[in-house]
Amino acid sequence: MTDRAVTDRAVTDRAVAAGTGRPLDVGRRRVVVGIRGLTVVIGLRSALVGAAFFVATLGFVLLALTLGDFPLTPAEVVGVVTGQVHGLSSTVVLEWRLPRALAAVLFGAALAVAGGIFQTVTRNPLASPDIIGLANGSFTGMLVALLALGGSWPLLTAGSLIGGLLAAVLIYLLAYRGGLHGFRFIVVGIGISAMLASVNTWMLLRAELETALFASAWGAGTLNSVTAATAVPAGLCVVLLLALLPLVTPGIRQLDLGDDVASATGVAVGRARLAAITLAVCLVSVVTAVAGPIAFVALAAPQITRRLTRSPGIPLVTTGVVGGALLLGSDLIAQHVIPLTVPVGVVTVVLGGSYLVWLLIHESRRRA
Amino acid sequence: MSSPTGPALDSTLGSPLQAGGLGVRYDRRSVIDDLDVVVPAGSFTVIIGPNACGKSTLLRALAGLLPAASGAVLLDGRDITSYSARDTARRLGLLPQGAVSPEGITVAELVARGRYAHQRLLRQWSAADEAAVTDALRVTNVADLATRPVDELSGGQRQRVWIAMVLAQQTPLILLDEPTTYLDIAHQIEVLNLLHDLNGHGRTIVAVLHDLNQAARYASNIIAMHDGRIVATGPPRTTITTDLVAEVFGLANVVISDPLTGTPLVVPTDTRRPHPVASGG
Repeated sequence: MTDRAVTDRAVTDRAVAAGTGRPLDVGRRRVVVGIRGLTVVIGLRSALVGAAFFVATLGFVLLALTLGDFPLTPAEVVGVVTGQVHGLSSTVVLEWRLPRALAAVLFGAALAVAGGIFQTVTRNPLASPDIIGLANGSFTGMLVALLALGGSWPLLTAGSLIGGLLAAVLIYLLAYRGGLHGFRFIVVGIGISAMLASVNTWMLLRAELETALFASAWGAGTLNSVTAATAVPAGLCVVLLLALLPLVTPGIRQLDLGDDVASATGVAVGRARLAAITLAVCLVSVVTAVAGPIAFVALAAPQITRRLTRSPGIPLVTTGVVGGALLLGSDLIAQHVIPLTVPVGVVTVVLGGSYLVWLLIHESRRRA
Repeated sequence: MSSPTGPALDSTLGSPLQAGGLGVRYDRRSVIDDLDVVVPAGSFTVIIGPNACGKSTLLRALAGLLPAASGAVLLDGRDITSYSARDTARRLGLLPQGAVSPEGITVAELVARGRYAHQRLLRQWSAADEAAVTDALRVTNVADLATRPVDELSGGQRQRVWIAMVLAQQTPLILLDEPTTYLDIAHQIEVLNLLHDLNGHGRTIVAVLHDLNQAARYASNIIAMHDGRIVATGPPRTTITTDLVAEVFGLANVVISDPLTGTPLVVPTDTRRPHPVASGG
């Protein structure tokens, strides 16, 4: 206590005098980890859920590395990863399957965290980047790049990045009225999304058949075209962006209490919200640029996490882990369970759609 | 506070919170205009006035939540906009009207949220945080509820929990927007007594209250508003008068002395029309 301000000590003395020497019980098991005054609070339940999904993710990765047209045993995979097995197995695992599996995990985490940010900032469980039009904006940008500019990969990536960001800016400007209000943001987003969807359809109809087929597959959200060359830069971007997460988390967590309380307790609300949304938009755009608009992970992962952790807000780190497991699991289903190769976006739509139906039924029952 | 016209901005007055020429607009419509307000240090200041007279707007502007269209708010002698949000929150706490708690949050977790301005990215929980939360729970008499979800509490308990959250912020200045609304009379008195105690321990309190008689009993300083203007300021005995209540609320009334405390007690004049005499008797 010697390094603390006098006022802090006085308060502590008073609390101790009041007979409250034992640690505060907040009604939820949590761990305060820290040394030398640097402390981080970790909710035990969130940590356990995160750990469980992390283990599941590891299992999924192992599965993803063994399954396929060139089946390998887990022992062979481990041998490749530890550098003891070389040759074709090594190529298959390290160059074909591993980039895709890791991309699925990182992209799933990125989408889930972005969804969690949107849902926290708007205080609405329906807010997710695919519903408010970012995905369709990216698709529009990609189509413009593909149809008008010829479409090499870097060009398509840039197109979808710019499309997503422009859609976000457009929604922000249209929804902004002396501050950003969650519901207005979502409604404007849904409107923009619908408009962009019709633009996309129009462009697809005018395209050559082959181009349209390619674009449609991308538009469903797929990891089929992910290679090490695209996965590595996108993965690095995602990792860098996720590393920024702790900077925005405390502020937006406080937004759960409403703008007034958040502001009165010390959050620069406008700035915190803008920073968080920017981070979320960047995360979504990077993923979409490589894998297309993969639906529903951003919508479902945060809500699944919130229910499993029984947390008052959305624990973003755990949400990221859940999202990674969700997307990789969906990709395994898309690749190996369904007889023909379908885009992973189709699987996430089915999973996420069922989840959404369940959520709506659940919510309406609770209100009734 | 002796000047009836309201002093100009003067940072030497020792007031922790004051405003000069303050105007606030919503959508270009002026809600309050050219207000001079001084909150005396250590006072229990109560803002009174009819619905939609700009009470909440004034309180929110004083807290720095609404931008001033004209004039300025001085917090501890400096323009409130010159502080960071965090610095403001270390000097001034606010309980807004109708605050909503996140689903499933426990009492202690909610109160701990009041510590935001004292925490850092890598100092999320310190001994000072722990002490402040424990202290706030005890003072507001909700320590026994600490582990309960806020959703399960009664209105009175919930309001005390929110006040505890503001207390955990450990600010010398506390602003509350209608802290007694929606509470039954016993809980209203309980909350007011709590504010009185906090005031007795040196905190400056500014509250918007609806009940004139409660305002008269608890306040040391009244700000009476009407139609976006301040019509009277000063101690209850000199401000809460028959004329003022008639002017501000348009209510025919008599002000008598509260038999228990000697503070002004507003009694509405009996303006009921007699019932028509029923033909059947």
